[in-house]
Amino acid sequence: MNRNIALELKGITKTFGALRANSDISLVLHEGEVLALLGENGAGKTTLMNILFGHYVADAGSSVVFGKALPPGSPRAAIAAGVGMVHQHFTLAANMTVLENVMIGTEWLGSWRSNRDAGRDKLVAIAEKFGLIVDPAARIGDLSIGERQRVEILKALYRDARILILDEPTAVLTQIEAERLFVTLRGMAKDGLSLVFISHKLGEVMQAADRVVVLRGGRVVAERDAARTNRGELAELMVGRRVSRPVRQASKPGPVVLSAEAIDVVEDGRARLDGISFEVRAGEILGIIGVAGNGQAALGNLCAGLARPARGRMMLDGRPLEKASAKALVAAGVGRIPEDRLAEGVVGEMNVWENAVLERARERRFSHHGIVDRRAARTYAGELIERFDIRGAAPETRTRLLSGGNMQKLILGRNLAASPHLLIANQPTRGLDEGAIAAIHQELLEARKNGVGILLISEDLDEVTALADRVQAIYKGRLSAAMATNRIDAKAIGLMMAGMWEDRA
Amino acid sequence: MRLERRTDVPAGVVVIAPICAIVAALAISGILIAFAGVNPLEAYRQIVVSAFGSRLSITETLARTTPLIFTGLAAAVAFRVQLWNIGAEGQFYVGALMAAALGHAALAGLPSALAIPVLMLAGAAAGALLLLGPVLLRLRFGVDEVVTTLLLNFVAILFISMMIEGPLKDPLAFGWPQSVPISPDVALPKLVAKTRLHIGLLIAIAAAVIVWSVQARTVFGFESRAAGLSPRAATFAGLSLSRTLIVTAGLSGALAGLAGMIEVTGLKGYVTTDLSPGYGYSGIVVAMLAAQHPLGVVAAALFVAIVFVGADGMSRALGVPSFIADVIVAISLLTMLIALLFTNYRVRR
Repeated sequence: MNRNIALELKGITKTFGALRANSDISLVLHEGEVLALLGENGAGKTTLMNILFGHYVADAGSSVVFGKALPPGSPRAAIAAGVGMVHQHFTLAANMTVLENVMIGTEWLGSWRSNRDAGRDKLVAIAEKFGLIVDPAARIGDLSIGERQRVEILKALYRDARILILDEPTAVLTQIEAERLFVTLRGMAKDGLSLVFISHKLGEVMQAADRVVVLRGGRVVAERDAARTNRGELAELMVGRRVSRPVRQASKPGPVVLSAEAIDVVEDGRARLDGISFEVRAGEILGIIGVAGNGQAALGNLCAGLARPARGRMMLDGRPLEKASAKALVAAGVGRIPEDRLAEGVVGEMNVWENAVLERARERRFSHHGIVDRRAARTYAGELIERFDIRGAAPETRTRLLSGGNMQKLILGRNLAASPHLLIANQPTRGLDEGAIAAIHQELLEARKNGVGILLISEDLDEVTALADRVQAIYKGRLSAAMATNRIDAKAIGLMMAGMWEDRA
Repeated sequence: MRLERRTDVPAGVVVIAPICAIVAALAISGILIAFAGVNPLEAYRQIVVSAFGSRLSITETLARTTPLIFTGLAAAVAFRVQLWNIGAEGQFYVGALMAAALGHAALAGLPSALAIPVLMLAGAAAGALLLLGPVLLRLRFGVDEVVTTLLLNFVAILFISMMIEGPLKDPLAFGWPQSVPISPDVALPKLVAKTRLHIGLLIAIAAAVIVWSVQARTVFGFESRAAGLSPRAATFAGLSLSRTLIVTAGLSGALAGLAGMIEVTGLKGYVTTDLSPGYGYSGIVVAMLAAQHPLGVVAAALFVAIVFVGADGMSRALGVPSFIADVIVAISLLTMLIALLFTNYRVRR
């Protein structure tokens, strides 16, 4: 490869207190290349890119962009040098239009008026060139996540970025949106732009990148041409050992634990679920697969006791569920894993022991006459930490300091420790690294073996095919009929996710 | 230079931060005092002397501390669950009015040991009821309680005004707008004879200890802390946010109502529309200075009382306008907010 070097990082080292986030990292990005920065959560990918973009200042090392050294700690200088960054969490103002969001900060503050027409022309030209079509006049708040990401990319391109850094760009995208994004990225690379995308997903790295740099524990452990490696090798390099996700064994499902018949759910005046029916049996996993935003949130809320059906009937253990409050479900032995662990699963500012008993502080083993029995709660938290291998945690640890995987183990643990007979798991491994995914899957399968009925709501096809006995697709608030997972291939599930199934009405 | 969230807040920082904040506030206020042509150190010495210099001034400062502890607690408990009660001033006044209305004659037959607790309950209930309306409006219709509680202060004071010009007017007050006096049977005993210090101070400190133990030890305290820190996680866990808000509002309003009731039965003996020099609003400052910790509220209330009582004396002695007290308290609030930032974040280069 003999192309010009767009970006070179030399010997970047950065420590946070005792943590060495980056140690002596060097890498090169060529013009017109798509480079994937692959690594587990905490491998130092985002830190590295934040140093390049000037959000952090490295303890040692330098960045060179198009032959010129970049002054450290200045996002402004990075932008001027042609570096653009698309953050994982978008930095857009929801109440402003696309054009306003893109133009923000590009004009002199003291000027009397903003030159919208010139801005719009430039934006439309860029958007057409790269196939990133959005309406400049649309309000950000009205756009889908995929469209918002397009605006973020346009924002960088509008500032004449020649190097684009995308931090976990697919974390919030559906499969289809992600594929569309990769086509766009390839097109941009063909046009001479240089791209770095940060990811921990092997499939997309293989699919979209020319070259892969693997980070582990803050170091570059390997560099491969995407054409000359494979998923297995990358997985091993990334994790540092062989990790394989467990796969379910055959089992005999028991009686129906939870059933829904023709349920409608209306939230905020909108019909979110439309006549859905399903059955979860003891000792089986029912997978609900679908592209994000097709009613999973409402389904999760319904089964977690946070939403009431407007029509239809829910049965738990053969009895109609009339007052399906969160509290009643916890009391009835239903385990619940929320979609958003940091917002709904735990209170980040509270300790691990406080989160361990969050749902059951009123139970007699954790409180007497309204006084919390801290010793019992701490002991219990210690047991959870031990049994579910929650790393980096003590009962007194502040929960927000745990990694995503360990936080999820805490949530899963506090549910499983109560020996539920039904578990509602909404996106249980979203955003987790391979090691944590394998651990969570192992626990779910273990629970299944012990006769727990599990409703698994997921966007991850691999997850559903590996874990679920039966699968139903969710599309625009409606559910397909259930299919046995071992009699159906990924392609057929893909079609179901796009709403293509035949109703047997 | 950037701010980084601390992974753990060392206990030392929690103690040192408010002290640094107050030192910084005094330094900044010192500049203003110097502008007034007075040596700031002399001014501060005068403040301390005026607040602590004699038996009388000490008791005066402590008498001033009492209502501030109550209103500070009222703000602290509410803010902890993200209930923005700006209405402690109004709740103070309805509590005070209750004391005068019932304490004048209605309870006259009862022995003091019974009448005073009944009156305390009545004052607390009045304050709690005044806050209940805004909370129900928020829960039912999403009405911002900052607006409703703030505006209710004016409604409450106008109502007091109406009552003390009308049904509760004192006929012996030569036409001054003040309420009928309380019966001596319901007056709180003095803590130090021949001063204005009454046992309300002990009740206030006891209230702080009770609030602290409720927050730290009980299931209610635990659940309301979760609800305050993350309403969504608390809801998911099956805790009732509305219940938490309603109970907390009852507690907060009751504490503010109690402040008014105790100010009347302990100190003033009757109600006027200038009974409170803004105790309800100062309570917000006290709660913030204390970082909403109930025991910290006691210390913060003492500090604010020292500044107010001391600045009066200092003003008489040195001719610096006593408004400097408001300036010192306001700047302390700002420096405290900055100090709180630094307890949770550290500066990194």
